[in-house]
This record gives sequence, C-alpha cells and structure tokens, in this order.
Amino acid sequence: MDLRDPPLSDEHDASGAKTTEFGGWEMPVEFDSIRTEHAAVRESAGKFDVSHMGQIEVSGPDAAELLNRLTTNDVASLDPGAAQYAMITDSEGVVLDDTVVYRLPAERDADFLFIPNAGHDGEMEDRWVDHRDEWGLEATVENRTTDYAMVAVQGPKAVELVGGAVDDALADLGRFSATATSLDGVEVVVARTGYTGEDGFELLAPWEDATAVWNAFDCQPCGLGARDTLRIEAGFLLSGQDFDPDENPRNPIEAGVSFAVDLDTEFVGRDALAAVAESGPEERFVGFELEARGIPRHGYEISADNEVVGTVTSGTMSPTLSTPLGMGYVPSALADPDTAIAVHVRGEPKDARIRPLPFYQR
Amino acid sequence: MSFEVPEDRHYLESHEWARKDGETARIGISAFAQDELGDIVFVELPEEGDAVAHDEEFGVVESIKAVSDLYAPVSGTVSAVNDDVFDAPELLNEDPYGEGWLLEIDLEDGSEFDDLLDADAYRDQIE
Repeated sequence: MDLRDPPLSDEHDASGAKTTEFGGWEMPVEFDSIRTEHAAVRESAGKFDVSHMGQIEVSGPDAAELLNRLTTNDVASLDPGAAQYAMITDSEGVVLDDTVVYRLPAERDADFLFIPNAGHDGEMEDRWVDHRDEWGLEATVENRTTDYAMVAVQGPKAVELVGGAVDDALADLGRFSATATSLDGVEVVVARTGYTGEDGFELLAPWEDATAVWNAFDCQPCGLGARDTLRIEAGFLLSGQDFDPDENPRNPIEAGVSFAVDLDTEFVGRDALAAVAESGPEERFVGFELEARGIPRHGYEISADNEVVGTVTSGTMSPTLSTPLGMGYVPSALADPDTAIAVHVRGEPKDARIRPLPFYQR
Repeated sequence: MSFEVPEDRHYLESHEWARKDGETARIGISAFAQDELGDIVFVELPEEGDAVAHDEEFGVVESIKAVSDLYAPVSGTVSAVNDDVFDAPELLNEDPYGEGWLLEIDLEDGSEFDDLLDADAYRDQIE
C-alpha cells in the first residue's frame, strides 16, 4: 500500500529529516537528533508535524448524542471551544482508540471534531456512520483528515511563539480549550493541547496552508522519535503499542485513564466498564525504572519472584531524567510504587522498580 | 550525505570496522552506522579474555530508538575493552573511529581481513 504523505513532506525532505512509516503515513522521525529535539521541547520549544492524526467532523442536531454514545467521556459537558480526552471502546469495554473531542468554536462550520490516531480515520468514520444509521440519529460525519493539517508547538516558549504569530492573544486560553483565529491570513483553530507533557498548542489549518503555518514558528523541528520519548516521560499511552484491540486488548480502567470514562453517560462498552470499576481491574498500567543497566523495549517480559507477570509496552532511555524508563501491565497486586520487578532485557532479567506515573511533570 | 570512511581500516557489511596493528586489531562501528542509529545510549560488550568470532555477534549497541547487534569483523581474544563508552555511549556518535572504539582483539587469523570490505567497497555499499 502506498504511504500517505503529510502536506509538509517537501519541507521535511528539504531539511534532511529521516522518515519512517507510521500508521500508513511517511512521517519524519528525526530532524537533528532525538536528544536535541527532546531537550528543545523541555527547555524552550519544538514544532511537530502531526498531520497524520485523523480529523473527523461531526455536525447536526444529534451530533453530541452520537459522540456521547461512541466515546467514554461526557461530550454534553463541553462548551464551544472546549476539548476533552476520551476513549473509544467496543461493547466489551476494550479500547479501540483514544481521541481528543473538540466542540468547535462557533466560527467553524462543524459542531464537533475528534482526532483518532494515525491510520484509524477510515475505521472511525465507518464506525460513526454505521452507528448513526443503526440508531437513526441525525448527524453528518465527515472525514477531514486530508483537508486539515495539524502542527503542534510545544514547550515553555510555546505561548510566546504561538501568541506572537496569531492575531488573537492566547495566554489566557485554558488547557484543553480551542479558539478560532488567523495566522498570516490563514484561518486556524488553535487548541491548548499536546502530547508531550509540556504547555503548548496544536494548530489546525487548511492542508494547503500547512507550510505557512509551519514556517511561522522559529523553533526546533521535531520528529516522531522525540514525540515518543516525551510522551513516555509524561506517561501517555500510545495507540497500537500500549493498547491494541487485536494484540493487546485493554480497557480504560486498567490502562489508567479512568478520568476519561464517565459511567453516568450511556456509551458502547459502558456496562462492561462499570463491572470492571466495581470489581477493580485484574491488571494495571504502570511505570517502572530499571535499576540495572539496560533499556526496556516493547515486548520484553516483566517478572516478579521469577514468574513472568507482564510485558513491557513502551520503554526508552529517558533523555530528561537520564534513566531507563518503561511502562506496561502488571497484576494489580504488584502495581504499587516501589514494588520490585524484573524486566527481561534480551532475555536477561534486570532489576526494576515500579514508579508513579507520570515520570516527568513540568 | 556522505560519511567519513577512513582508508586505514576494513569494514563489515553490518557497519563494524577493524584496524589492524600487528597481531591485534581495534574494532568499532562506522560513522554511517552511528548516524543511522541516532543517539546512542547503551553499549554491551564482552570482557577481556573472551573469544569473539568473525561475523558472529559480540555485543549490542542501543540508541534511543533502536537496538542493534554488533558483529565481529575478525576472530580472536578480547585484549582490551573501551570502558569509556559505558559511561559515555555518546562517544560512538561523536567519534566513532577514535574515542568511540569498542574492543581490541588479539588476532587468531590475520587473513580474515581479506574477507572484509576495503574503504572503497564499503563506501559503495553505503552511498
């Protein structure tokens, strides 16, 4: 299958970025070095091309109800310009994807926008359309993934950078809030969201204006490599790696994102999750730190008292904390901080200890 | 982008280099290899006195994003290990042909160098 190119692919080629396949897209993985890019985001600012993320608009009289039934959080609580993190679950409560749902500012033509992960846009569009038809709801569902580009600017200097580039003040824009404004004549929606653990913004702009938006920010370009190390330090899940409906089916409660589940709403998977909430999950998503030399990687076994009890889902050498960090699922009895476990680095058990998530907080 | 490929050493297709000095050889990884790996954060090597064999794994180098096995260009006994790279793995990025060397080996069979790529052949492979 041909890879999808982001609208900034010429820019990335010209800057000599190394690229990789991710979710069916050819995306930059590294511009300079992961360490340099990671440090830029923690210490000043970095910009990411996140145009591979899906964008699906939902409008019409029943748009809120459709979203409420298909995501775990309460869309009805969102004012225009507000956003929330939510999970998309099947009837068993298994996470199919995670997403951010925006109730769009009044200036935009659509009512809601949600952002599925790269490569999931088609599947989620189908899911929304099929359920809308099955439930007889009045709503339009439009896959706008290749109509809108998305650029993230993240880091302590993001307010200064993005605020200086757009036509409206952003300093007072709250976390998980969005506003419609313009940048060099380009209509953009700016949201105070991101996936790095830093303050920052994500800008949605027309696909053909992506270059103008990208070049409006004079800061370190960053690739998926730094995005991964940043989100691990922040304890954020990666779809397809920390949960995967086929390879590693997980419910949101064991995945540590109960805050995104509102059991007072009716959604697909609600009853299954209520039962898990009642009994407590058998396993929990935890962070850990290796105390021996080695780096935890996706797929390595986790053991306790010489018995295999789980698997590493994400891991890295933390550029900020300079220590090997990982995440994965262990039985709930082993999930408390400071519990001793072992991580099998290329088959060799290495001492590790459960640590609270997130590893890094600004 | 072209990478430095010193003429005074030989190479494996898997990007390790060996430089012969009498009956011993010093080995490391190429500039191309360190660039492909990105920020190197961990190195695992054999100890002095261990045997290594031509074209067989002898250790591991890990960058933030990837794990890569190391293959021995030549056979012999490890006579020195560059301990500096354990504390400062970034030496492999910064100076792969110099301070970032990995092992010195007492050669078992110097003629194994005939099986390795010379600088021109290795340059052809990576360009």
